[in-house]
Amino acid sequence: MTEPILRLEGVSKTFGGLKALTDVSFALQPGEVVGLIGPNGAGKTTLVNVVTGNLRPSWGRILFEGKDVAAQKPHEAARRGLARTFQIVQPFPQMTVLENVTAGALFGGGAASVADARDMARRSLDFVGLAPLADRPAAQLALAARKRLELAKSLAMNPKVLMLDEVNAGLNSSEIDGALALIRRIAERGVTVLIIEHLMKVVLSLSKRLLVLHHGRMIADGPAREIVADERVIEAYLGQKYAAKLKELHHG
Amino acid sequence: MKSGPLAYALLAAGILVLATTPLYADNYVVRTAAIVAMYGALATSWNFIGGFTGYPSFSTAAFFGLGCYVGAICQRAGVPMMLAWLIATLMVGAFAALLGAIILRLRGHYFAIGSIAVVEVCRLVVSSWSSLTGGGDGLNLPLLHWAPEELMRFFLFVMLGILMLSLIATFLVDRARLGFGLRCIHQNEDAAAMVGIDTTRYKVAAYTLSAVFCAAAGAAYASWTGYIDPTESFQILMTVKVPVMAMLGGAGTLAGPFLGAAAFVLLEELFWANFLDWNRAILGVVIVLLVFFLPGGLLSLARKAKSKAGSGGAA
Repeated sequence: MTEPILRLEGVSKTFGGLKALTDVSFALQPGEVVGLIGPNGAGKTTLVNVVTGNLRPSWGRILFEGKDVAAQKPHEAARRGLARTFQIVQPFPQMTVLENVTAGALFGGGAASVADARDMARRSLDFVGLAPLADRPAAQLALAARKRLELAKSLAMNPKVLMLDEVNAGLNSSEIDGALALIRRIAERGVTVLIIEHLMKVVLSLSKRLLVLHHGRMIADGPAREIVADERVIEAYLGQKYAAKLKELHHG
Repeated sequence: MKSGPLAYALLAAGILVLATTPLYADNYVVRTAAIVAMYGALATSWNFIGGFTGYPSFSTAAFFGLGCYVGAICQRAGVPMMLAWLIATLMVGAFAALLGAIILRLRGHYFAIGSIAVVEVCRLVVSSWSSLTGGGDGLNLPLLHWAPEELMRFFLFVMLGILMLSLIATFLVDRARLGFGLRCIHQNEDAAAMVGIDTTRYKVAAYTLSAVFCAAAGAAYASWTGYIDPTESFQILMTVKVPVMAMLGGAGTLAGPFLGAAAFVLLEELFWANFLDWNRAILGVVIVLLVFFLPGGLLSLARKAKSKAGSGGAA
């Protein structure tokens, strides 16, 4: 095994008395596509926020390329190559689609000049298929296009690790298929991808490895097929009663 | 927001008109031209923090007043006039950078209130520190023994020079990484940080830029009038007027703040001259009407006309 690109060691985050994350540890290998699942309120978004410097972990270490980055600020994370998309999209509404992506290339992607950044942004828009909408104000886009804009913006930042926080939420099934194809092509470029998802179908079709978060604890980490059969995971998702029933069905 | 050719033309015409007043007009008009240039510089400075970055700063009078005092104290200590202006500019710039790192943590209305407090605190400190500032008695500056016309012409060109410097700085910032980043912060500060913008540093840079030209104008103003006191130097009215001017012309544009300042000063003179009792009330009504019916400023009229003429073309 090679050196992991991102490693969390015993990361906890508390808000007053509330434990949002408890002793979370895992590692991502370069180029891996990993799914992070868990019921509502499990702490998935908190985990992303801790990794990208939006929140500081209360305890634990976050190692990016071997360096402890737990105290970083969001802009430092972005410049290091830790990019993310937001569950609720965060465009610059009055700017055009092209300007939005140019911002990503200029400040996060290390472009030498504004003109340089604009070229990078154009390539990134071509890649996600938004080039025809380049001159529209971002506020005018429909949800599916806005999610693509978020992707284009993070791609323009030349990320090493890309965390996608529910990029498919609110999309219809054909839009989801389009998004999945896109994420696959991003992974093919060698970007390490962590997909935070609700929809099992999405996660299973993309990643061979799954992490499961429940009440802020990492309750499972392993190959996707094993994880979905794991009792604790089924319990977390469906409740104890159904888990017991399911067990009876299998053994009965 | 890009300024169109019309805005540039208006800007050039306005500056040309101001610069040529000594050739054909009396001292009152030249004085008004110098005041227009001064407020133009103040509004163009405010534009860095208020227009580009979207932080409603009311610190203008603090920077202007400190500029007055630093310049005056230096000149009284024997520093040559122009050097005193430069020292005032640099010192107030450094002050703004330190202060900005603290109060730019506040957002929205909280920042607005914090920035007003800066003006009051500066005024109180200056009026209490009598040994250095003369307190409420104010300070006299070395008088310039020039003919009135000569004096007026000199300070017109000084104010125009400061205005030009602030416009050049705006032009450069607008095209650079800094301007882009500031506009991103204006639109969505969290998203700006997520694409890699060091938002604190960028905001401090904008706040400092908004201070330096005010300080230069303040120091020059002190030399011009020959006497300063705390109430005259740190006017709450100035701190409110300057953002209104910038918004009147079009905040976030290159030419807007200057054009707004020109329109405002001329309206003020007009109402002052013709309606001695009611001038403030009339000015207030005009401002309210403009805010309601022309929220994008005077320059948005030109943009609207252009988009009407060009409708049917590429969106």
